[in-house]
Amino acid sequence: MKDHELIPLLSAIALAAIIAACLIGSTAMSPGRLLAALAGAGSTGDAIVLWEIRLPRAIAAFVVGAALGLCGAALQGLLRNPLAEPGVLGVSACASLGATLALFYGAASLSPITVPIAAISGALAATTLLSIAAIHTSSVITLILIGFGLSSFAGALMALLLNLAPNPFTLSDLISWTLGSVANRSFDDILLAAPLMVVGLVFIVLSRRALSALSLGEEAAHGLGVDLPRARSFVILGTGLIAGAAVSIAGAIGFIGIMAPHLVRPLVGHDPARTLAPSAILGGVILVLADIGVRLIPAPTELRLGVVAALIGAPAFVWIAIGRGRANG
Amino acid sequence: MAEINLNNVCVEAGGARLLQNVSASIRSGELIALIGPNGAGKSTLLKCALALMTPSAGTVTINGKAIADLSPIERARLVSYLPQSRLLAWPVRVRDVVALGRYAYGASTTKLKGEDTAAVAAAMHDCDLNHLADRRTDTLSGGELARVHCARAFASKAPLLIADEPVASLDPSHQFQIMSLIRAYVDNGGGGVVVLHDIALAARFADRLIWMKDGEIHANGGVEETLTEARMKQIFSVTAIVAKDQNSWSLTVTGGCS
Repeated sequence: MKDHELIPLLSAIALAAIIAACLIGSTAMSPGRLLAALAGAGSTGDAIVLWEIRLPRAIAAFVVGAALGLCGAALQGLLRNPLAEPGVLGVSACASLGATLALFYGAASLSPITVPIAAISGALAATTLLSIAAIHTSSVITLILIGFGLSSFAGALMALLLNLAPNPFTLSDLISWTLGSVANRSFDDILLAAPLMVVGLVFIVLSRRALSALSLGEEAAHGLGVDLPRARSFVILGTGLIAGAAVSIAGAIGFIGIMAPHLVRPLVGHDPARTLAPSAILGGVILVLADIGVRLIPAPTELRLGVVAALIGAPAFVWIAIGRGRANG
Repeated sequence: MAEINLNNVCVEAGGARLLQNVSASIRSGELIALIGPNGAGKSTLLKCALALMTPSAGTVTINGKAIADLSPIERARLVSYLPQSRLLAWPVRVRDVVALGRYAYGASTTKLKGEDTAAVAAAMHDCDLNHLADRRTDTLSGGELARVHCARAFASKAPLLIADEPVASLDPSHQFQIMSLIRAYVDNGGGGVVVLHDIALAARFADRLIWMKDGEIHANGGVEETLTEARMKQIFSVTAIVAKDQNSWSLTVTGGCS
């Protein structure tokens, strides 16, 4: 497949997935009623279901999936390893720890921007720590272990907060951050996170050529003219902003950042720069489809999106790790 | 014309002296072979010349300017680098690897403009890679991959080339092929330094030999002048018979000595 065909194709699939997400639900909406609601005609009930519930939810799933797909592709390019991803490296866990801290101490009521800022601070703290570690070790295994440690530590602190939660209301709020979900998201939630994502996107786009150059290793990339400290800090800052903003919308959702780039890479000649955009779109598609699944699976209480993503993603992670171990002999 | 000058460069790391008062210059029109046993400081010297390492004393300049003061882009336009490792993190396509040589000119793998396209095409042609353009690098033989890396260095059109063991783990025919490519690059106005362990190969292709041991330069001069049996004993602690037949040198190591 030609590169310039891939992005339009994936975009069309994304659009179809979002439309499907609007049609499918506890009560199915016919395409005719969907069009009427979109145009502002049709029944008030349909308009509310579409504009207040289904469309924001589908867009939130897409934006979060795209953010995670992009962060995965960028981190993998920087660390030159297909297992790097905000979830695996503990970035998402630290971001949700930041968000839960803000919720727990009531800072969330001060201003709507508090939770996104807390989430992003958590994400940046994690990415900074990882980048310092990356300077001192060339072993990606070490980095993944550090990420595992970060994840576990953030998880332990969150468990502590759950343990100390003063009332059931806070408890359910905290659980929803830990497990990840896009249910009941409004356009306001997305708009709050969007500017931070755009800033992060600029950092990633500015580093895309450096990511390609890093295919040759750090020394060769230096020889090509890559400003390594700059490239490293741009990718770290960019992924911290984007992953943190994604967590502020949906909580911690793992493995999308591994699956999307892995599927895209063979289609774009394995070039890290070309992997970025398609990974983002595919990550969005995967999460929209997973969220449709969440809504369709009959269960006494709705399944959490993060749980479903992990159920699909964790085996994929193991699969990729095994394939990689074999390739390296 | 371009010239890198190392002036009384010393490098210390963890209490060990890796380089001791090393002075040398790398300039257009000349191919230098850097020779010496493992741990002699050859790679350290190259890294200082590329600003990959900062000397603890001494200066490194390129065209008269301190190399640390150049931006990475300015430096990369003057000197290209072939590190020892040819491994790629991803099985990128051959054409995309060669295109990376144009990084310092703002080219991206996704979009090559006029001059970049021409430079990439010329480098691919010179290194006989046209038939491999769309191949994944993980399907190439060691010799083919070495040619890909040469092509990406040549594509940058930098006047100087620094190559750390460009022929390591290649068969004799590919060693000869890679050295011929580098020789042609120098004959067309380039200049460079290559680390080589095959001294006969170095003597055949290089204009000048720099002999290193224990972080110091022991000899620096033409092949005839510096390649002697006494030198082999001094640098490598081996007894060897050195002979010249027309243009090619032969070297037979007859024994190690202590």
